[in-house]
Amino acid sequence: MTGFQIVVLWSDVLVWLLLAAGIGLGVLISKSPPLLAAWRRVGANRMGMASATILLAFLLIGLLDSLHYRVALDGKPGEKTQYGIEVLSLLDALAAPLRTKNEKTYSAPFATRLYAKETVDVPGLGAVREFPRLKHGGSHLGEREDEVLADAGFTAFRLAVLSLLAWLAVVAAVATRVGATANTAADIAVDGSGWQKIWRGETVFAWNAVLATLGLLLIVVVPLFYLSGQYHVFGTDKVGQDVLYQILKSVRTALIIGLVTTLVMLPMAVLLGIVAGYFRGWVDDVIQYLYTVLNSIPGVLLIAAAVLMMQVVIDSHPEWFATAAERADLRLLALCFILGITSWTGLCRLLRGETLKLRELEYIQAAQAFGVSSWRIILRHILPNLMHIVIIALVMDFSGLVLAEAVLSYVGIGVDPTMTSFGTMINNARMELGREPVVWWSLAAAFSAMFILVLAANLFADAVRDAFDPRAA
Amino acid sequence: MTLPPMLSVTDLRLGFVAGRQTLLAVDGISFTISRGETFALLGESGCGKSATAQGLMRLLPSAGRIAGGSVSLDGEDLLALPEAEMRTWRGRRMAMIFQEPATSLNPVLTVGRQIGEVLERHLGLAGVAATERMLDLLRQVGIADPERRLAEYPFQLSGGMKQRVMIAIALAGEPELLIADEPTTALDVTVQAQILDLLAKLQVDRGMGMLLITHDLGVVARMAHRIGVMYAGELVEVASREDFFTAPAHPYTQALFAALPEVSRRGAALITIPGQVPSLAAMPAGCRFAERCPQVMPVCREQSPEWREATAGHAVRCHWQSALGESALPVVSAVNDAVGQETVGNLLDVADLKVHFPIRKGILQRTVGHVFAVDGVSLAISPGRTLALVGESGCGKTTVGKALLQLIPPTAGSVRLTDRELVGMAAKPLRAARRHMQMVFQDPFASLNPRLRVGEIIAEGMSAFRLPGQLASDVETRERAVVALLDRVGLPATAVDRYPHEFSGGQRQRIAIARALAVLPELLICDEPTSALDVSVQAQILNLLKQLQAELGVAYLFITHNFAVVEYLAHDVAVMYLGRIVERGRAEEVLQHARHPYTQALLSAVPQPRLEADNGAKRIRLPGETPSPANPPSGCHFHPRCPKATDLCRERYPESTAVGTHVVNCHWPG
Repeated sequence: MTGFQIVVLWSDVLVWLLLAAGIGLGVLISKSPPLLAAWRRVGANRMGMASATILLAFLLIGLLDSLHYRVALDGKPGEKTQYGIEVLSLLDALAAPLRTKNEKTYSAPFATRLYAKETVDVPGLGAVREFPRLKHGGSHLGEREDEVLADAGFTAFRLAVLSLLAWLAVVAAVATRVGATANTAADIAVDGSGWQKIWRGETVFAWNAVLATLGLLLIVVVPLFYLSGQYHVFGTDKVGQDVLYQILKSVRTALIIGLVTTLVMLPMAVLLGIVAGYFRGWVDDVIQYLYTVLNSIPGVLLIAAAVLMMQVVIDSHPEWFATAAERADLRLLALCFILGITSWTGLCRLLRGETLKLRELEYIQAAQAFGVSSWRIILRHILPNLMHIVIIALVMDFSGLVLAEAVLSYVGIGVDPTMTSFGTMINNARMELGREPVVWWSLAAAFSAMFILVLAANLFADAVRDAFDPRAA
Repeated sequence: MTLPPMLSVTDLRLGFVAGRQTLLAVDGISFTISRGETFALLGESGCGKSATAQGLMRLLPSAGRIAGGSVSLDGEDLLALPEAEMRTWRGRRMAMIFQEPATSLNPVLTVGRQIGEVLERHLGLAGVAATERMLDLLRQVGIADPERRLAEYPFQLSGGMKQRVMIAIALAGEPELLIADEPTTALDVTVQAQILDLLAKLQVDRGMGMLLITHDLGVVARMAHRIGVMYAGELVEVASREDFFTAPAHPYTQALFAALPEVSRRGAALITIPGQVPSLAAMPAGCRFAERCPQVMPVCREQSPEWREATAGHAVRCHWQSALGESALPVVSAVNDAVGQETVGNLLDVADLKVHFPIRKGILQRTVGHVFAVDGVSLAISPGRTLALVGESGCGKTTVGKALLQLIPPTAGSVRLTDRELVGMAAKPLRAARRHMQMVFQDPFASLNPRLRVGEIIAEGMSAFRLPGQLASDVETRERAVVALLDRVGLPATAVDRYPHEFSGGQRQRIAIARALAVLPELLICDEPTSALDVSVQAQILNLLKQLQAELGVAYLFITHNFAVVEYLAHDVAVMYLGRIVERGRAEEVLQHARHPYTQALLSAVPQPRLEADNGAKRIRLPGETPSPANPPSGCHFHPRCPKATDLCRERYPESTAVGTHVVNCHWPG
């Protein structure tokens, strides 16, 4: 039994704090009937709930990847335990086969041989150039290399059936719960069982959407993960790493870039935007000059300068970091801050304009006539009426930021090279697409994962916005 | 009219798609219009008038559907025409004028281009011929200096001028049928009078048929030959002008008349129509008016009434058979009109109040001039009385209201509330002083925060002022106070937890009044509180205001452009023109013996909702429109439009002269 040391990275702290804040907010919401009613409306939205299910899956991956530890090295008993240099996460432990089963270089999804010819010594034939067998991909097949399709297909089918059964169990559990609550409301007894109600979409919570998404997710994900133990389902990259593993690791990077950056940007954009719009006068002038100046500096240049300076600071203080992971983590957070500080201007401008419009509305004047203080007016009357813009901007920025990270990695100023992200994956893909024959799977996998994440976030935000708009309710 | 009808609409049904069902907004209406005839569709908002007009033009919004019926113009079935052919009809055979002149013209095209478009499309005119025609059209609609106007953009024109251009565009295709959808609702009375005169004249000259859509009985009386009253998507009464005004037969029509505020009803509560128009989704099975009808019978709720001829040419859809001229409405008891005695002290004294807005230009934002929005206004309000501040749009009356509350800092002058000077007061005592004075705003849809519940909205003032005693101390008593206020303005206690969007316009205005009353003010500034409401709802709000004054002794500063409301409600009147008060005094005196030519013209421009000898000579028609307050005319501001203007008027602003009990600023009062 090897010991381990828990490592708490700064970004881990932020992620778990965010989660705690989220749960705390949930508790607060459940105590306020109108807010609860609004969230019930979110719960009734099919599209919203389906995307929430997918987002939760991503979040789960991100959270698993945010519990870090270092494995103790085998040392002589009695000596002070030494810990490995590599910082691992719970996700790494769960996906150990993916992490460790590295090939030599590129291999296509479900391939049994490498994607590049090598000179191999074949006994009796001498040096032959051929596509060598993979060390891990499909190794259980032995000589029956041409049976990949049958083998993978059959395994996938078996597991799909299995996960279908598991899914049915979940459905049954939900159905009994729905049925139980319905029976207490006596009158619905005639309407049929909970099962029928879910099928017909008569439940208050959009169970049918959640269950359908869950079923789809199970049927796709379970066979995929099982097969990933035997094959490289998404292929391998240049150094032979499994692409699926990279995708899993990228999720956390994307979530952190998306969430932490917006957290940095949001208070600044909202506060400055509203203050400029509401107070006008010299406050407005100062804030306007500030963002006009910031806006007129080419964005990438500004970020590049900041990132390079930060890099110099980090490189000249190696003593700050015990491991490479800590360094990469700090660099990620610094990137978030830099992105946040340079990207608040758009939202700020929008909010200023909207506040200018709102402050002339009669209910604001009525509040002024009551002698309500300016900050209270801002909090009670202006901010809630700007929330829809904030939510839309947040979601659009989320996808924009994940993409911005890709662009910055392309220029070489993105996340630390040791850290996997959608950006670095896409960045690598530019070489791969120029290769002959083309390596498409890396890009395709990164693209699909990012697409699903951003789309789910967009749809969920739509549902939230609709539910919180009292005029549409 | 013995001519064969030009337009005949039979059993027209229009609906809007909502979700999976189609909600009928217009349910089987039939009418005809002959050449040279004006048919007025009258009704409150939401009863399907505009949908009918759009349906005739086949210009329904994308959710709109024509569910059945036929529309034939000169025997051609319009609903059966393919869209491509329909385009040759629109603008050529039938044209439309819209309500809002400010948004119905394209701001980036010159007037000439916009008229020319029609000429080119329908008459194939271009070049010199088209220009000649355009100049001719602009002259016909009474635009001076048409050569210059052709090259101008809509923003260079005033509201009335834009509406004239809109009419010119509509006339360009020489249509046989003109559809005017609330053509004067957005305009001032004096301009409205000009536009109505113009429409009437053009119609006689060209022999057009006209479908006039309006909610204003005064406009109907002035313009229409025949009238159709719409209610909840159905026509309920069709009558000639004479029959309509002498013997309205449907209880709804009668209630509309009775709900109008006017002098003769002073001191009495106005008749209101209880409830509101049923929503499209929940139309009652029988007569749609049954729920609100004073004469409702069991049969009304079961069976939709058939058309019945009251007299020849006067059809009505009602089960209730009245003797000719009998009123369906209950007799109203008079409420005591608690006219505040003219007490010694004034509640509010305003002296020489000025609000000037600087006009800034250039990079350095240097002040190049001022908009003289309010330019020396003096008035006084006694406790428990109502002062009406009357004037056309842009004369600065709303600015006066806001400057009194110090929501807009006045440039000069003094506002004394119970002998305390508010102008220049420090922020903290000012907040306390505002408790004595509150405001009710014009637009009930913009004056309530959509994200707060009604209870929170009403309680806001109480918590902001931390009212002494029971009101602010604990949550429970505050909740009780909110419920009591809701009850006072006639809303149920359940309203506390609901959001403003769940209420109709009238109910929202009640909430706004409750919010203002929550801090027990002595003066309520009502900024056109009924102008966004329908007649029947307006009557409810006016009754409420009157009742509150009787019970609580609140004084009102009632800012309005509606003389009928002034006549009904006000004790004193001040008439404003271009930032200054031109005449003020007791309501009866000012309204019956107006001395200032502007007041006289305003009063005569208001269309009266009754039959009268159509005597054009008696009306005073003001030429032109209110000049810009950034650049007021020299001398008396009114001289460019005044029929009595002399050289003296052009040179010097008249001093105030007291005539009887009222004060006039005119060189030639009389």
